[in-house]
Amino acid sequence: MKVEAKHETESTEQMRTGADLFIQTLVDAEVDTLFGYPGGAVLPIYDALYRSNPPFDHVLSRHEQGSIHAAEGYARVTGKAGVVLATSGPGATNLITGITDAMMDSIPLVIFTGQVASGVIGTDAFQESDVMGITTPITKYNYQVKQVSDLPRIVNEAFHIATTGRPGPVVVDIPKNVSAQLTGTEFSKDFNLPGYQPNKKPNPLQIVKLADALSRAKKPLLLAGAGVVFAKATEELKKFAEKYQLPVTNTLLGLGSFPGTHPLHLGMAGMHGTYTANTALYECDLLINIGARFDDRLTGNLEHFAPHAKVAHIDIDPAEIGKNVATEIPVVADAKEALQALLQSVVELPDHEVWKETLKLNKAEFPLWYEKPEQKLSPQWLIKQVYEQSKGDAIITTDVGQHQMWAAQFYTFDKPNRWVTSGGLGTMGFGFPAAIGAQLGAPDDLVVSIVGDGGFQMTLQELSILKERNLPVKIIIVNNEALGMVRQWQESFYEERYSESLLTMNPDFVKLAESYGIRGLRIDQEEDVIPMLQDIFSYNGPVVVDCRVEQKTCVYPMIAPGKGIHEMIGVKK
Amino acid sequence: MKRIIVATVQDRSGVLNRITGMLQKRQFNIDSISVGSSETEGVSKMTFVVDVGDHQKLEQLTKQLNKQIDVLKVSDITDKAIVARELALIKVGGSGQLRSEIQGIITPFRASIIDVSKDSLTIQVTGKPDKVEALISLLKPYGIKELTKTGVTAFLRGQQPQQVTELNSHLI
Repeated sequence: MKVEAKHETESTEQMRTGADLFIQTLVDAEVDTLFGYPGGAVLPIYDALYRSNPPFDHVLSRHEQGSIHAAEGYARVTGKAGVVLATSGPGATNLITGITDAMMDSIPLVIFTGQVASGVIGTDAFQESDVMGITTPITKYNYQVKQVSDLPRIVNEAFHIATTGRPGPVVVDIPKNVSAQLTGTEFSKDFNLPGYQPNKKPNPLQIVKLADALSRAKKPLLLAGAGVVFAKATEELKKFAEKYQLPVTNTLLGLGSFPGTHPLHLGMAGMHGTYTANTALYECDLLINIGARFDDRLTGNLEHFAPHAKVAHIDIDPAEIGKNVATEIPVVADAKEALQALLQSVVELPDHEVWKETLKLNKAEFPLWYEKPEQKLSPQWLIKQVYEQSKGDAIITTDVGQHQMWAAQFYTFDKPNRWVTSGGLGTMGFGFPAAIGAQLGAPDDLVVSIVGDGGFQMTLQELSILKERNLPVKIIIVNNEALGMVRQWQESFYEERYSESLLTMNPDFVKLAESYGIRGLRIDQEEDVIPMLQDIFSYNGPVVVDCRVEQKTCVYPMIAPGKGIHEMIGVKK
Repeated sequence: MKRIIVATVQDRSGVLNRITGMLQKRQFNIDSISVGSSETEGVSKMTFVVDVGDHQKLEQLTKQLNKQIDVLKVSDITDKAIVARELALIKVGGSGQLRSEIQGIITPFRASIIDVSKDSLTIQVTGKPDKVEALISLLKPYGIKELTKTGVTAFLRGQQPQQVTELNSHLI
């Protein structure tokens, strides 16, 4: 049927609709994967998709939230824009969490939503929602296509805006009459964006200032964020750090921008960062932030953040500089360009051996630690085994919460684009669909989705996609029968009043997987873990593993809310 | 501190919503906004009077405005030589004897009466906000029935002195 239909339309020129034009524009933009879900207002687009030749790879989710998180995962590992298509009204509103997530974590997405026909917009028509109004605060930019002649230009601009400067989500709302309209002419795709000119090159004066500050620093520190990954500047960062022997710490999203096993790496900083990294932030006299936005989970109480440091901040988004932390040396630039400029400047660094030695001692004295429970699995130990058995080379996706922090602490990333997590928004239900997108974007890589039993239940319906496409994603459920981080905070700050945080009724995850035709396993004995991991990592298909871990295990070390970066608790066993 | 910020923006649908939404989301305090077309077709000019706590917050405001894709240019013109005007329409009660009294009050302000009815009259006044405020407070005893203001609109004077001695911030 499908094949026949395609042949019929090849020769009929008059069948060209706004939707055909739209699909052609996507082909021209070299989009290879479309994450979507059909509905009334996008019927013309889905019809054009059906007729398109060559065929388009459309990934049908089971909920639009699954589509958008998959697109985020795809974007995070490929560096290309993730493309989403959903219908009007509920289709569009189901995307909101993902759009906000992408906005917070600067993930390039182009999201197409259907809209009711232009003539009835504003009349509360069936499945109408004010997509422009709703998405304005959560997008880098948004468009509603008023006429079909604007469509190619708008689609082109949307990809440009999403992927350049500081990446982010762009929504394009397409009324049904625009996609259904017959059209024959070619339209201009030329940009018309006079107000959008992201600055890539650093101001040479600021580079001189930064080099000068470096030449006086006795306790220098580099903080590398996701901006380094987006700018593909990991090589430059490594060269820069090695050239001047500068210690490096990472934000959560910046993990992988600098090799985690490198002797200069101090581990992640922030609320659940290492003692060494946080102490270094507290004591440093020059802090060079490259592509991080001084999020509150990193800085802790701002009063105590890097109190002795001169702060330099390299960011492509000028609005991030000075937003949270007063900055002496602002460098508005792409991380790669800025690092290249810094590598070209000649700097005589004063001796900072004492500083390096102190950090080295701290690293040895205060490593990340955990205890092994008597009955169930230790979640940290489990993640360490995942790291070792996958040789540190897997793409890891997570939700938010305890399992996310343990993954960040115990899975060491040496390469960029292997770490897919929901940072800023902290979205439960992100990790598993993101793994689908990651696997589609990196078909030859091992993709492991480390999720909690709570978060997995928010988007597990996408198991259908795994089965349909036999995507070999490995899902490790760190199952503590609780919303672990909520439970931990209730234990620590609410006198153990576990209000609604214990999941007393979970499904049988093994049978659940099997009901989708997917292999399901349950592990609760330590000795079974390594054979299980060896088994699933060599198995060419999807697996769900329900790992029963100790509920009472907490994430340490920790900076309690409102406390300074120097006031960590649980730094030692 | 109050500041006058001028922005030129592309006249696209949703641009006002985008900007006011951003201001609200980032918790900036707006005294007034005036928007209208400019000398260039397709480009609008916006004038904001904002109340910001400190320079850091002010810098954030201009950066966040600049970040908007529809925004072409942002300037804080508070400390420049500028012309700044707003217009107010004030309806006060009054008949007979009172009318000539009111006329006497508004003359030095170069305001004018633009509508008269049996028991009220409407006054139009244009000028810097402090002047408008001064007239309003003089008219209060007569009973203000209705009042509307356009908000400040402003731009730079044709010539900028070498050194600006007169700060405008006290005027707004």
